[in-house]
Amino acid sequence: MIHLVWLVPFLPLLGFLINGLGRNFLPKSLTGVIGSGTVLAAFVISLLIFPEVRQPGFAPQVISLFDFISVGSLHIPFAFQVDQLSALFLLIITGVGSLIHIYSTSYMHEESSESFARYFAYLNLFVFSMLILVLGANYVMMFIGWEGVGLCSYLLIGFWFKNINYNKAANKAFIMNRIGDLGFLLGIFLLIQQFGSVTFTEVFAKVPAMGEGSGILFAIAMLLFIGAMGKSAQIPLYTWLPDAMAGPTPVSALIHAATMVTAGIYMVARSNVIYSLAPHIQAIVAIVGLVTALLAASIALKQNDIKKVLAYSTVSQLGYMFLALGVGAYTAAVFHVMTHAFFKALLFLGSGSVIHAMGGEQDIRKMGGLKKWMPVTNITFLIGCLAIAGIPGLSGFFSKDEILAHTWGYNKIMYALALIGALMTAFYMFRLYYITFSGKFRGTHEQEHHLHESPVAITLPLIILAILSVIGGYVGMPEVFGTPHLLAEYLAPIFAPSAPYLHAHHLSHELEWGLMGLSTGLVIVMIFIARGKFSKYEDTGAENTGFAKVLENKWYVDELYDAIIVKPLMVLSRFFQDVVERAGIDGLVNGVGTGVKWSSRQIRLLQNGQVGFYIFAMVIGMIVLFVISLFL
Amino acid sequence: MPVQYYIFLSIALFCIGIMGVLMRRNAIIIFMCIELMLNAVNLLLVAFSKMWVDAGRIDAAAAQLFVFFVMVVAAAEVSVGLAIIVMMYRNTHSVDINILSRLKN
Amino acid sequence: MGIDLIIFTVLSAVAIASALGVILSKNPVNSVLCMITCFVAIAGHYIMLNAQFLFVVHLIVYTGAIMVLFLFVLMMMNLNADIEPQKRNWLKYAGAISGGALLLVLVAALRDASVPAIQSGNATDIGLIKNLGKTLFTSYVVPFELSSVLFLSAMVGAVVIGKK
Repeated sequence: MIHLVWLVPFLPLLGFLINGLGRNFLPKSLTGVIGSGTVLAAFVISLLIFPEVRQPGFAPQVISLFDFISVGSLHIPFAFQVDQLSALFLLIITGVGSLIHIYSTSYMHEESSESFARYFAYLNLFVFSMLILVLGANYVMMFIGWEGVGLCSYLLIGFWFKNINYNKAANKAFIMNRIGDLGFLLGIFLLIQQFGSVTFTEVFAKVPAMGEGSGILFAIAMLLFIGAMGKSAQIPLYTWLPDAMAGPTPVSALIHAATMVTAGIYMVARSNVIYSLAPHIQAIVAIVGLVTALLAASIALKQNDIKKVLAYSTVSQLGYMFLALGVGAYTAAVFHVMTHAFFKALLFLGSGSVIHAMGGEQDIRKMGGLKKWMPVTNITFLIGCLAIAGIPGLSGFFSKDEILAHTWGYNKIMYALALIGALMTAFYMFRLYYITFSGKFRGTHEQEHHLHESPVAITLPLIILAILSVIGGYVGMPEVFGTPHLLAEYLAPIFAPSAPYLHAHHLSHELEWGLMGLSTGLVIVMIFIARGKFSKYEDTGAENTGFAKVLENKWYVDELYDAIIVKPLMVLSRFFQDVVERAGIDGLVNGVGTGVKWSSRQIRLLQNGQVGFYIFAMVIGMIVLFVISLFL
Repeated sequence: MPVQYYIFLSIALFCIGIMGVLMRRNAIIIFMCIELMLNAVNLLLVAFSKMWVDAGRIDAAAAQLFVFFVMVVAAAEVSVGLAIIVMMYRNTHSVDINILSRLKN
Repeated sequence: MGIDLIIFTVLSAVAIASALGVILSKNPVNSVLCMITCFVAIAGHYIMLNAQFLFVVHLIVYTGAIMVLFLFVLMMMNLNADIEPQKRNWLKYAGAISGGALLLVLVAALRDASVPAIQSGNATDIGLIKNLGKTLFTSYVVPFELSSVLFLSAMVGAVVIGKK
């Protein structure tokens, strides 16, 4: 089956081409079927590939399609690499992707058939790019996919392009990503300069020879991490992700929660050898991840837009993943990517269902008591909240606990901070849940009249994702339970090269039980506090004051960026526009024109038609020539 | 007697001719100044001819033949040039060359 | 100072003075007369340089034919009065200065030229019609024929222009 792996990305590409080119002719039902069907078929192929990859002793296979770039001694093939990591990501992307496609057929049904087809074309293109990203056998292929998903993200955030604010959000996402991409690109150049290759297998084979603490490796690791910062919304490049919620909700679920934003984690996990050999950069990764996790969680505490809460939650969870990468727990990071894909997609799709029922309303202060009307959404949303909060038995518990345990081994203070973040996560998720689903309805009568459970195309993906959110964690149970950590065994070949450089911390079983008990107990306390505070929530309309106001305004980070980057840049641009452009460049260009015009008007006067003057000029010329030839 | 004397004489006559061309506006005078310049050159040619004869060259007669040809061309030029001036005078009743500024425009 | 140098100096002075007279006199007829004087002085130089045939031709063609033609045209146009309008002064000075500058440049350049001297007492027969004719009709017969064609065309041209 593995030789058919090229079908996985090219089926969505086919869907993109059909839907994109035929958007004016195809009926909605057909575009929906094509869009979802291609991704579903890709999922089936991925499922068929997976058992082969799971075999013990499976060696990574590189399927080379053609030579993409061949310059001098540098050869960059257009090749796919199938190994444990990429096969896992294939499953996540195509699986969650196909569920979200099915969901979208219902969610986007009110769009005109042209924009409906456009939506599915973009979505298919996104899936294609994301698959290229994870399947690529070298950094250049990864970069192609990286840019492709960035483009699709831009197109889908600005999907309703008639709204100027959405376009601004799309621009913001694109530009912020561009900053990160520059780092990634420079990292690739440095790799080429250093190793003469960008193919994973070749680079990783040569990296250990550089030795631990090599300056070049530090630079490469840092540049690649800057790329990851942009794509995975880490400080300081995270502000685009909350704004990206301008796109349709399924897009937020697929791109800005489950798949694209985890590309940075994928890249760091893929380059684990490089990072393991650059411990200082690893520490930076961990710190950036932790700070992002805390900052985003604190902002989420006071947000009132249902999607914004989830967006900041996503940023926070991505921070946890980077924390895991930073402390060397690569398996835990990938594990959290997987579980997060399940429950965050679930939460986003659930919020989409709510927004759908509320007729586009996103402010949770105007909701409340929705469990009466939307039982399925209520239950699945609750499962998602429990999973993300880390209640034992659900997937989020296992992955988050693994990260926390590794952090304890790495640094106790970081563990404490990460635990505080996890508690904040529990608090804001249940604040969101209680305000939205319990209490009494606070919207208008008209909205109340229209409240209804969503159709099956919406609830079915919710149910499937809820089931996955529950059971997804059992592939990675901690060893204290006495069961094998299936995921760690599965991924072991990927992270084996970096194992010698990591300083593993084996926690005693008592300590691990203790940590688990501590976090679980505190999380449950937080949930009850949230329940006590918000289950009977009334919208008093009172303004937040003090610290709460700072949180509501997202720590004023946007304003800060505006003040220190955007405004000076604007002033500089205006200076360039008004002074350099107008006076300098325009002046130069126009000056040449007027200069020629003026001087030709002067020179024209020499042609005065008087023979005497001509002879005079001739004699002057003769004198000059004589002087030159006789004396010089 | 150094041949430089003749060279300086020729240069003097030639420059006087040029000054005349530059300073006068009467077409006939300008014409005469051109003749003067031609004669300065003729004088120089003859002087060099004599110089080479004295130096023992036997083919120095060619220089005098050039003078002869210059005279031929000058005579032809004068006949045509004076005809043009006469015609111009017939049309404009003037021999001022500044009137002939038709080159302008 | 030999007799030849005295004659040279006198002839040169006459030539330059009459040349200046050509360009400085206000009356065109005076200019023509000065021109004739100048040509006669130059003809004297030819004699001094053993160019007897050229001396004769010069007197006949230039002084006799061409200058008479000038005089004839001047008189036909009745230009003996000073009708020439004054040129703008700066152009006059510019002409004088540039001509003088050319003189200076040439003299300065040729002052130190080392060329053989002329031996005045050495009378040669190279300027006699016999020698010139021999050269003309052997080496230079084609230019000679071409000059006859030139004359013919000049004659035709003068007639055509004059008839209009």
